[in-house]
Amino acid sequence: MSALFKKEEVLHIKADKKDWEEFYREKMAAAPQRKEAFSTVSGKPIQALYTPDDIQNFDYGTSLGFPGRFPYTRGVQASMYRGRLWTMRMFAGLGTAEETNARFHHLVKYGQTGLSTAFDMPTLMGYDTDSDRARGECGKCGVAIDTLKDMEILFDGLPIDRLTTSMTINPPAPVLWAMYIAMAEKRGVPREKLGGTIQNDMLKEFIAQKTFMCPPEPSLRLIVDTIEFGSKAVPRWNTVSISGYHIREAGSTAVQELAFTLANGIAYVEAAVKRGLDVDAFAPRLSFFFNSHIDFFEEIAKFRAARRMWAHIMRHRFKAKKERSWWLRFHTQTAGCSLTAQQPFNNVVRTAVEALAAVLGGTQSLHTNAFDEVLAIPTEEAATIALRTQQILAEETGIVNAIDPLGGSYYIETLTEEMEQAAWEYIEKIDDMGGMLKAIEKNYPQMEIADAAYRFQQDFDAKKKIMVGVNKYTIEEDIPVDIYHADDALEERQIARTNRVKNDRDQKRVQACLNRLAQACVDGENVMPYLIDAASAYATLQEMCDVFRNVFGVYTDPGTF
Amino acid sequence: MGASGSVQDARGKALGVVEYEIITIHFLCFRDLFFGIRCPGLKNRATIMPALKRKIRILVAKPGLDGHDRGARIIARAFRDAGFEVIYTGLHQSPEQIVMAAIQEDVDLIGLSSLAAAHLHLFRRVMDLLREQGADDILVIGGGIIPDRDIPKLKAVGVKEIFLPGTPLDTIIDWVREHVKPR
Repeated sequence: MSALFKKEEVLHIKADKKDWEEFYREKMAAAPQRKEAFSTVSGKPIQALYTPDDIQNFDYGTSLGFPGRFPYTRGVQASMYRGRLWTMRMFAGLGTAEETNARFHHLVKYGQTGLSTAFDMPTLMGYDTDSDRARGECGKCGVAIDTLKDMEILFDGLPIDRLTTSMTINPPAPVLWAMYIAMAEKRGVPREKLGGTIQNDMLKEFIAQKTFMCPPEPSLRLIVDTIEFGSKAVPRWNTVSISGYHIREAGSTAVQELAFTLANGIAYVEAAVKRGLDVDAFAPRLSFFFNSHIDFFEEIAKFRAARRMWAHIMRHRFKAKKERSWWLRFHTQTAGCSLTAQQPFNNVVRTAVEALAAVLGGTQSLHTNAFDEVLAIPTEEAATIALRTQQILAEETGIVNAIDPLGGSYYIETLTEEMEQAAWEYIEKIDDMGGMLKAIEKNYPQMEIADAAYRFQQDFDAKKKIMVGVNKYTIEEDIPVDIYHADDALEERQIARTNRVKNDRDQKRVQACLNRLAQACVDGENVMPYLIDAASAYATLQEMCDVFRNVFGVYTDPGTF
Repeated sequence: MGASGSVQDARGKALGVVEYEIITIHFLCFRDLFFGIRCPGLKNRATIMPALKRKIRILVAKPGLDGHDRGARIIARAFRDAGFEVIYTGLHQSPEQIVMAAIQEDVDLIGLSSLAAAHLHLFRRVMDLLREQGADDILVIGGGIIPDRDIPKLKAVGVKEIFLPGTPLDTIIDWVREHVKPR
């Protein structure tokens, strides 16, 4: 036991606090509180003052411990940012592969330390640019990738043996990963050396981000294929980035983001263990991705609670033995939904505060939103300011000097504890339903989030929640920024390139690869080697995804609200 | 599970043969709606509410591949709470599917939501199809991430109003009450 406070001291403080509360009420009688109640952006009530009384049962050893040691509340690495700064990983993707490649080179030149790829909607959904369903969408909110050729152009001249690459891709994640591996091997970088991440988190797609291809069960099977393949053949690759970001953007509370993300993680681990994989062979390569929203302390508490909870889940629920299996390593993105189209330069400040919370919460990597990201794909100038925001935090502010500098704050520790308890309640509820797959089928997380989103909207309309420049301090303005516009001709250019690739490739070889892929899908064989063969033969994204659709069927949105 | 192949298979087919499936949620507590279960019995509202005066009927629709449905689902709820009849298409609908649903459901208004920058192409296509089908008496409004410079272009093809992020729900509801008369 390493309780922070002696019992009798807490009793004293409790008595004194009562006295102070009287005093507070007297003062308030003369000049009342600005609001009747104070709450976080998630709607969690916050009291006026936190004291040792709030954390009286707090045990330093079991609740906090030390950085790099179980339960990792204070950070997964012993040295945290004194050893190595977080990876500055700006999410980028626009137009065709050439344009995104140029943006990557720009960001690397300006000091970015990892790559992160945003794909356009057709790519995210597994359609080629020439598909009827893709019309009008090419390159609009990310880069269009139809074949290995595009992947080669996308990473041309970039040191993929040194820089790690993250790809935000879900239903077609195995396909894009296969293209990346094929591209690297063509350049002479073997798969064992490749480092990076595919998001590959389908459960949160059904819950929140809503890019679908196949129904949940076969989707989960494909994910386990990637986990299995990665643990054997691409050991430095993070095969799933279990993501709360989109859950939060869809309108969840911080607790829901935390709980549903960890519950999704539990589902992946269960599925992989069911396949017969040793938990310690793959768990170190599961990573996480959280949102950093505008409510500063609530977010820091969320990150700290997440680490502690995952460590317990992996150690006690799944009996993992390796310490690395207990680590919750995470990427953070500042909250897109906290930004405003009105007075958009204010977004620089919001993003800086959110980035600060992510760093104080111990993130391993960070994307800071550009101020114009709420209007369109960021311009180069806006993306540069966002990257500079991280560099200023890292190099100038001194917040990186001490590890977990807010640890021990009565407020932060209370919030962390309460966040954790509320999230456990959700996880137990989902366990009782039979796990996340079943909960999703019952539409449970989807409707919990929809309820929270609607509540926030009502509070916003009632001005109980304020967004500066939107429902307070508004002005008449013309949006004073130049925004990115995708070139209308790029769709035709992209289609022309894919047609050239199709004409030049060995058609028989492609068909044979696709046939073998289909057979592997049916037989329950791991699809990854077959996808790499097909990608190397320049099969298109949609050709490979159509194999999945044909074998596994297509999922459609239930359309509830 | 949950896959209604008819919708997915419909792409590219002529409008007349497009099948669609819509859940009419108005009469249900949405919490009771289990994933994937269709409610064909509820499609025929006439058998359920024959005597009541017709309410304003609205189709909230998500065209294209965009998956951002937070706003669409919030506005669908707000319309329902305001007393309108609401049909929500769900995600990933082609313009053909949306126009077909609007005609078959006999709606007074279509609300299109787009946050993935393909609004010019998709909204225009919806407007063209409505005209082709002689259904251009159905009003169309839009919302989402729509750059200022595109608003006049959308209004030029007949979109009545565009509501941008930050618009209070009541503003949109008031607009509907003022501009839409149930037929």
